Amino acid sequence: MADVHDPREAVVLGRIERWRRKRPRLKEDAVNLAHGAGGKASAALVDAVFLEAFRNDALAELSDAAVVDLPSGERLAITTDSFVVKPWRFAGGSIGHLAVHGTVNDLVSVGAQPRWLTAGFVLEEGFAIDELRAVVADMAEAARNAGVAIVTGDTKVVNRGAADGLYVNTAGVGVVPEGRRLAADRVQPGDKVLVTGTIGDHGMAVMLARGDLALDADIVSDTAPLHDLAESLLAAAPSTRWLRDPTRGGLGTVLNELVRQADVAVLLAERALPVDRSVLGACDLLGIDPLYVANEGKLVAVVPPQEARAALDALRAHELGKEAAVIGEVRAEPPGVVLLQTAFGGSRIVDMLVGDPLPRIC
Amino acid sequence: MKFVDEFRDPAAARTLVRRIGELADGDRHYKFMEVCGGHTHTIYRHGVEQLLPANVELVHGPGCPVCVIPMGRVDDALHVAEQPGVVFTSFGDMMRVPGSNGNLLEAKARGADVRMVYSPLDALKIAQKEPDRHVVFFAVGFETTAPSTAVTLLKARAAGIHNFSVFCNHVTIVPPIRAILESPDLRLDGFIGPGHVSTVIGNHPYRFVPRDYSKPLVTAGFEPLDVLQAVAMLLAQLREGRCEIENQYTRVVRDDGNPRALQILAEVFALRPHFEWRGLGFISQSALRLNDDFAAWDAELRYELPGVRVADPKSCQCGEVLKGVIRPWECKVFGTSCTPETPIGTCMVSSEGACAAYYNFGRLNHAAPLDDVTALPVA
Repeated sequence: MADVHDPREAVVLGRIERWRRKRPRLKEDAVNLAHGAGGKASAALVDAVFLEAFRNDALAELSDAAVVDLPSGERLAITTDSFVVKPWRFAGGSIGHLAVHGTVNDLVSVGAQPRWLTAGFVLEEGFAIDELRAVVADMAEAARNAGVAIVTGDTKVVNRGAADGLYVNTAGVGVVPEGRRLAADRVQPGDKVLVTGTIGDHGMAVMLARGDLALDADIVSDTAPLHDLAESLLAAAPSTRWLRDPTRGGLGTVLNELVRQADVAVLLAERALPVDRSVLGACDLLGIDPLYVANEGKLVAVVPPQEARAALDALRAHELGKEAAVIGEVRAEPPGVVLLQTAFGGSRIVDMLVGDPLPRIC
Repeated sequence: MKFVDEFRDPAAARTLVRRIGELADGDRHYKFMEVCGGHTHTIYRHGVEQLLPANVELVHGPGCPVCVIPMGRVDDALHVAEQPGVVFTSFGDMMRVPGSNGNLLEAKARGADVRMVYSPLDALKIAQKEPDRHVVFFAVGFETTAPSTAVTLLKARAAGIHNFSVFCNHVTIVPPIRAILESPDLRLDGFIGPGHVSTVIGNHPYRFVPRDYSKPLVTAGFEPLDVLQAVAMLLAQLREGRCEIENQYTRVVRDDGNPRALQILAEVFALRPHFEWRGLGFISQSALRLNDDFAAWDAELRYELPGVRVADPKSCQCGEVLKGVIRPWECKVFGTSCTPETPIGTCMVSSEGACAAYYNFGRLNHAAPLDDVTALPVA
């Protein structure tokens, strides 16, 4: 193992780590697309604008869903998500499926059992009713499969040009079973990191569906509701510490959020990462790292080592977890960093993305 | 076994690393420059550096086409992008390169019609689809991407498409290599030659490197095993007292390159007398412009460009990094005021730049233990 040969390098690296821990700073005067990509720019916007204005304890956790206490002592999880994906239809699903699965999975990742959803629609003047009907049918189907009811909604129509066809917002409420608490502060060195299947399928399926890549590959979105898979996992591994659905920003981004919140390191083994052949090929062509590509039907879980075997077996026994794998381990050092052992035998850092993953030129 | 896996096989890597250890003289420190940013990316992405013995160092050269575009040219691009009626098209990784007043993503946020394309031909397609707009393609890159720009221009001319033009920033690989070799503070023992560029120009243009400067050069592919093998070939040359051009990337690169591509380049482009490179300054005959036959498609002639030269920030030491005089972390602003989110210098801009690659992938490489993290306790 190569070591830092020069003590001066260690000093510089220490300085960088301190710098990285500073609060993200919002420098831009106007919103750009990087602010929506889930990486550092998004974090800066949320911190400087939303947290600043809304600050409260539930929000401060910045998890996918907030867990709130009822006077009765029961706990509810609440979340909301907006869906602006285009094209509306892609291999493996549609914006309708995503709108339900995304919100359901955000509830699942705080350990809740999803129950009720709301649906809000912003429609552009001229949007075909048939198209709307098809999207809504997909939502209804997805809700049935996820065991949730869409119980209220809202519709707004805006002038032609003021929106791009159709935007969907869903909010969701779920019940958190007694005694269950999944949170970054429970994560400890020695814990194992598991993923429930191949990564990057959804993001690449949407990129291909946009049609501007002139690439043809058999890549299908993994969009799916994960409530049942999560319950199987939690039954087999009741001490599961933390759960997330690595959507926008991918596995690399959610693990970076984890290591910062828990002040630990995560060490991943590249050879253990399940990636579909076609997805890997498309990513290689475009110079995109599958670690940062969105998933809509996967969970990443941190499980204590003594329950990891049971967790893996339970996941693999489930329809949606056949390709589950142990992909790494939580370490104490270096805190705040995700490291990857490359399949080639070296190692590297997996940092937060700066903005949208942009294809490299050559 | 799948094609890519063959070039990423850890067992083969160990064999090569052993060979490198045998070839390297323990009393000597070797510095090899990989010229191309694609190599830099491979080296960091796969953790190649840590496999090498401590006395074999890789220096990351100027071959990242995004990194070398000077600020003034980015300002010119932003100016064109903000003209009414213009659709400004660019490769993805140019979108975040800072000019003196923001980057293309920010121009887009301010209302400019900036679109990412994967090929200049896509830009031409937009021009055909939207005949009432003028589509400008921001052409960057070495001889690797220049042929596709040239083909696009030939197509535009053949099809009589006149709402399309090219803002040409294509550069050539040989002059900066020469500039680096001429630099008085140079401390390099050899070069890993650029694979993709050489696919087009072949290996002959590098003959001056061993002949005039007594440095060996091995043209290499972009898989991690390619890089290791190139290092072994360089060490073997030094050990055997040879100094020549060798081709590791024989599965793609031919010594005389791609004559058809070279012919198209000659048809469409002319050499600029000089061009400014970020971090390296002005290098004569190092860049291409559209030749006079294609003046009608030349965005530089079509739009009045500010053309203001913007000096590289004083604190920036990219030039020294590019020449291998200092390592990325030795720069005064590295990782603090200069980061991938807020790049000051060229090397921090693209993931192929030496500083960004080191920042994103290489930091703390010493801290990663290689034991099996996926092993589970036996029940």
